[in-house]
Amino acid sequence: MRDPARPATSPILTPPEESHRELSFTTRLEDFVNWGRKNSLWPLPFGTACCAIEYMSVVSAHYDVSRFGAEVVRFSPRQSDCILVLGTVVEKMAPVLKNIYDQMLEPKWVIAVGVCASSGGFYRAYHVMQGIDEIVPVDVYVPGCPPTPEGIIHGLIRLQEKIAKGGLVRARDRHKAIGK
Amino acid sequence: MQETATKLLENKLPALLSHFAGECVDATDFRGDLCVVVRPGRIRDVIAFLKASPELPFEILMDLFAMDYLKSKEPPPERFAVVYQLYSVSRGRRVRLKAYLPEARPEIDSIHDVYKAANWFEREAWDLFGVDFRGHPSLVRILCHNEFVGHALRKDYPADRYQRLRSVSPSSGI
Repeated sequence: MRDPARPATSPILTPPEESHRELSFTTRLEDFVNWGRKNSLWPLPFGTACCAIEYMSVVSAHYDVSRFGAEVVRFSPRQSDCILVLGTVVEKMAPVLKNIYDQMLEPKWVIAVGVCASSGGFYRAYHVMQGIDEIVPVDVYVPGCPPTPEGIIHGLIRLQEKIAKGGLVRARDRHKAIGK
Repeated sequence: MQETATKLLENKLPALLSHFAGECVDATDFRGDLCVVVRPGRIRDVIAFLKASPELPFEILMDLFAMDYLKSKEPPPERFAVVYQLYSVSRGRRVRLKAYLPEARPEIDSIHDVYKAANWFEREAWDLFGVDFRGHPSLVRILCHNEFVGHALRKDYPADRYQRLRSVSPSSGI
């Protein structure tokens, strides 16, 4: 049984019977699964511009994103669950991004890093998509041109908070509604 | 051609004047950079001559692009222009050739067989300005996707008109 006085964001150790004190704990299934999910994100860097350079700093030793469990960078959509769109997405690139996103398995999340991915940035012209949320559902927007590594980490932490509050099964209908 | 322009060409590029006097319309000098306005009709001959000219060979085509003078404060005789930037490696000299093209039929001979570099430059000029290069082997879009309608850098193309490409397919140019 979960203690209602405690927050639901992490598995909570509750003292069971004396004989199992060292071996067991109880929590809600959602809390336990989400705790695992948020601390083991496998990011897919969709890097198209300078934001991707900042992301290199985030992954490297100084900022060290492995402190947040998201250091296993994968370059295949089949092996990742968090796509970071790092940079400008031109109209010609848009269906490529959609295709890659569609190939990722549920549950999956999207972080739009930088103003170009979020709103087109200063490319207010014929060739650039005015925010990737026109084709994929964005969970977290990170402002900046480019954002600092701290900013990207902040976005990651906000995503972790969002995952912790989410349900076990993601609503697929929400994804289908966008981009059609 | 005005007398000052003739004198300038005599000084800077006498070979062009002696062989193609009838093709040259104007010549100006801005801080040492020579710019010659030529008629579009024999542009291929003019450029082939400049490339092969033994006393002043312009070995490199630095750039080729189009201009749209719509809404220009000092409008030239025609709306469009094609600009060629040539560079002579052996002599360290540059020349800019400019040919004005009418709005109704902006077309000019391709020079892809004179300079190989012109091939993609001409595709870019066609993609963004709609200038037709006669004799180009494959005049298809190079920057915009193939479902794009219109020519994006023409001054009458709305700055906020976005054209979505929905699917990845061979016909979309990806």
